[in-house]
Amino acid sequence: MSVRYIVQRTAIFVLVIVLAVTVNFAIPRLIPGDPVEQQLAQLSATSSGSMSIDITAMAQAYREKFGLDRPVIEQYFNYWRDILRFEFGYSLSNYPETVSNSISAALPWTLGLVGVSTFISFVIGSLLGGLLAWPRIPRVLRGFIPILMVISAVPYFLLGIILIYTLAIVGRAFPAGGAYTFGSTLRFDLQTIGDILRHAALPATSIIIAGIGSWALSMRGMMISVLGEDYIKLAQAKGLRERRIFLWYGMRNSMLPQLTTLALALGYVVSGAILVEVIFSYPGLGYKLYQAIQTKDYFVVQGIVLMLIIAIGFALYVMDLIYPLIDPRIQYERA
Amino acid sequence: MATVSVTAPMTPILRLRRVVAGHPVLIVGIALMASIILFALLGSVIIPVQDAQVGAYLPRQVPGAERLLGTDSQGRDVLAVLVYSTPQTLLMGVIAGVVGIGIGTVLGLLAGFFGGWIDLVIRTLTDVFITIPGIAILIVIATNVRQMDVATMSLIVASLAWRFPARAIRAQTLSLRERGYIQIARLSGVSGLQLVFQEVLPNLLTYIAAAFVASVSQAILAIIGLEALGLGPQDEYTLGMMIYWAQFYGAILRGMWWWWLPPIIMIVLIFISLLLISAGMDAFVNTRLRKTE
Repeated sequence: MSVRYIVQRTAIFVLVIVLAVTVNFAIPRLIPGDPVEQQLAQLSATSSGSMSIDITAMAQAYREKFGLDRPVIEQYFNYWRDILRFEFGYSLSNYPETVSNSISAALPWTLGLVGVSTFISFVIGSLLGGLLAWPRIPRVLRGFIPILMVISAVPYFLLGIILIYTLAIVGRAFPAGGAYTFGSTLRFDLQTIGDILRHAALPATSIIIAGIGSWALSMRGMMISVLGEDYIKLAQAKGLRERRIFLWYGMRNSMLPQLTTLALALGYVVSGAILVEVIFSYPGLGYKLYQAIQTKDYFVVQGIVLMLIIAIGFALYVMDLIYPLIDPRIQYERA
Repeated sequence: MATVSVTAPMTPILRLRRVVAGHPVLIVGIALMASIILFALLGSVIIPVQDAQVGAYLPRQVPGAERLLGTDSQGRDVLAVLVYSTPQTLLMGVIAGVVGIGIGTVLGLLAGFFGGWIDLVIRTLTDVFITIPGIAILIVIATNVRQMDVATMSLIVASLAWRFPARAIRAQTLSLRERGYIQIARLSGVSGLQLVFQEVLPNLLTYIAAAFVASVSQAILAIIGLEALGLGPQDEYTLGMMIYWAQFYGAILRGMWWWWLPPIIMIVLIFISLLLISAGMDAFVNTRLRKTE
């Protein structure tokens, strides 16, 4: 792998983080008005007096946080220092909980739900797409292609709403929201795991189904061009078994470009998943973000947004570095 | 006389008919979009805007002969809200798409045509912005805006809508740059910018049109996402806000399907029509490319 390629990719990754931090720093300051007063006014308007205990302490914490009396450059460097220590400040609505704490409480739920269901969706979708490109499948299956196109046009969370209504409200087969039965203690036993899976079933299904369409369509495109290659003809001429040609000559070679699609779609998947969590009140990052927006809990919003950008930027960076190693066909210096 | 009609078969109508026959996907997509727009236009003529306001009718009415799609828990007529929301959502998508494709085209043309450090800067910028999940930046901007309306919403989403067009048009320009007629124009002394806008740009128009449809679709998706998170224009009628209010007032848990299902169906129809139009346009552009090669 050339040094130039690594330097280039690293530069992009660093720039992504610089940009994200700078935008997060600059935007609240570009909008006129004192943020502390804004936040406190909002808060006293939304809460019914119960918050009055700590309001002076909070104001102090915010002024310190913003450091509004100091020069902008100094504020900017202080901001960086806090970010690098993963200190995103305090939550407004759950003071004195820190933003980092509230993120780390929500993160496992999101990773579990979104990670597993995206993986399942990707595998099923890719297999389906590969099969749809295979010339010797029954004609009936081709009828799936327009259906997949329609499904790929439905945003994840809209599918979620329909699933809640049909399977949770009318059907009563699954819980309509949450990640576990309210008030139950989380222990590592079969009953708890079953409860968690039952709650995850509907949000996971909406991510899986809504994703399958686009994975299948892009895999089908990839597979069609692979099947036109000479080595497929050779494999057929040699008399290899169909299944072997399909899996080892077709699927295997289409899978790598499909992985690039996965990396590029990561941002799309995550934003879709955020909204699915909102619809299902699933206690992950997306729902936390929604609650923070509703309560104008600005530091939590900022913390979650920064974390999302850094996580996705890092994932793409790693992907960029690994990719030339697993697929020697691509050139390091991309035009 | 007879020979004339034989040798001149390509009247505009005939040509159109041929295009229609050759591109069913494109035509179905356009027809679907036309019917959505027609629905909104006719609806807004027939249904007065007062029906879409809070307290217009008794709340929580099930769909019936009188109120075709029932009413929501604020007494708004759901059909009326749908009729007034659809064009607003389309409008936001189109504004964001136009701004995005405009900026993206200029950046892509400059980067692809001039190369060198201009290309390096624009390409790096595009790569960096593409890596960032759009919704993250949009959320930061939208949470800081005090007064949200349809125009502001469109511009916020437009601020990121240039990324994919810029990348795609740069690639196209790179391949066009080395074509013979561009070389000839360059040799005959046409200056840089003039060359870009007079020779390169017109040859990319069909391609830009296809990219435009794709960015409208992405913009609408982003807008609906922001609205569902509660960052949308609270005092205006849009499809995303319909879903937000339905969710906010617990319409899903209460089983008031007539409140959230119509906007969902309308959104899906819009996405399908845009998908068909852009798929159809891709095919159209590709057949043209195949013919010229």
